[in-house]
Amino acid sequence: MTEVFLQARGLTCERDWRVLFSGLELQLEYGQMLQVSGPNGSGKTSLLRLLAGLMQPTAGEILYLGIPLGRQRHELARHSLWIGHAAGIKGLLTPEENLAWLTALQNSASDEAIAEALQAVGLKGFEDVPCHTLSAGQQRRVGLARLYLPEAPALWILDEPFTALDKKAVAQLEQHLAGHCERGGMVIFTTHHELQHRPASFCELELGQ
Amino acid sequence: MGRVFFLLLVREARLMFRRPGELANPLVFFAIVISLFPLAVGPETQLLRTLSPGLVWVAALLAVLLSLDGLFRSDFEDGSLEQWVVSPHPLGVLVLAKVLAHWLFSGLPLVLLSPVLGLMLGFPAERIPVLLASLLIGTPILSLLGAVGAALTVGLKRGGILLTLLILPLYIPVLILGSGVLQAALQGLPTLGYLLWMGSMLMLAITLTPLAIAAGIKISVGE
Repeated sequence: MTEVFLQARGLTCERDWRVLFSGLELQLEYGQMLQVSGPNGSGKTSLLRLLAGLMQPTAGEILYLGIPLGRQRHELARHSLWIGHAAGIKGLLTPEENLAWLTALQNSASDEAIAEALQAVGLKGFEDVPCHTLSAGQQRRVGLARLYLPEAPALWILDEPFTALDKKAVAQLEQHLAGHCERGGMVIFTTHHELQHRPASFCELELGQ
Repeated sequence: MGRVFFLLLVREARLMFRRPGELANPLVFFAIVISLFPLAVGPETQLLRTLSPGLVWVAALLAVLLSLDGLFRSDFEDGSLEQWVVSPHPLGVLVLAKVLAHWLFSGLPLVLLSPVLGLMLGFPAERIPVLLASLLIGTPILSLLGAVGAALTVGLKRGGILLTLLILPLYIPVLILGSGVLQAALQGLPTLGYLLWMGSMLMLAITLTPLAIAAGIKISVGE
């Protein structure tokens, strides 16, 4: 398939009177993986937030399946998954409760699917402990467990997904992301880490040049 | 949609009961302010009774105001609000559930405590139902209006004072009507008119404020 899923035209982002990037062109097709890279403060997170529909661009437009995002927010919301720096994990809730709520917000999953997803990220045995007692890496895994649910949406927008993960978990996540792209899904993410597993459709966008 | 509304209520209830200290805060504040007054003004029954409508309402208003600053703060900091904004469910429905949960755990206990404090101030026992009704209708209005300000100021580091300045003017009509009901009740006048007025304000708040709260959250998250 070569249909364009998400497209950005002449995208400009300004924060605190500083232009982060301007006239940015971007195109994402089914099965593509896009790594946004660049130095700190070059607008990587801002670009991801723009694409997820959390922020409005200063100029330019984002097209979702050829139609401006403003009129399509609802549709994009169904087909995309956003995990930011803070993944929306409540310290007082257990991983199971957190995951159940986050999936209910999108398209709900069964209890078994949630248990399997937690097992996939190596949190078996931690289902019933409050998240604030878990380590930073484990909390990160609770957020990432959403990617292992059977009804995960097509487009994943991930801001620094590899932060705080150990080597084994990083390798596993890389493979999972590549697998998602090979099944026709799309991933947009930022990282400072060099990817070992790249799908055929990998491309990189360098900001701040 | 109804399911998400219900699940959000359950989630809020869980969060509240795992942090019971915060549950008690507005309640303790309300009780302390009211019980300090007889000590400060003196135990003259007539004077306290005359003051009681205003006292109960001012204390309730301040208690609600105090509890509002943190309404969206933790959800903002841990990224939950972002997830709400990008979810396919209407943000207005989600925030309405959030405010309802907040009122159930901070406003409603306040209403239930008020008869005791009212009696302490010499408010006539046969008029206590009016006191209950006025707070039962009035405190949700305070929560809903306050949530608009809380949504707008959640992104600011020190939003407390700004929040107060933003929403106090909106609280004044509620305060005037709310204490007006009790004044009328004290003088043995009919109170239904006032209560109906407050009821219509509540309906207006339930229908319009979720939209304003949602817009405020979108602005705060988009910054």
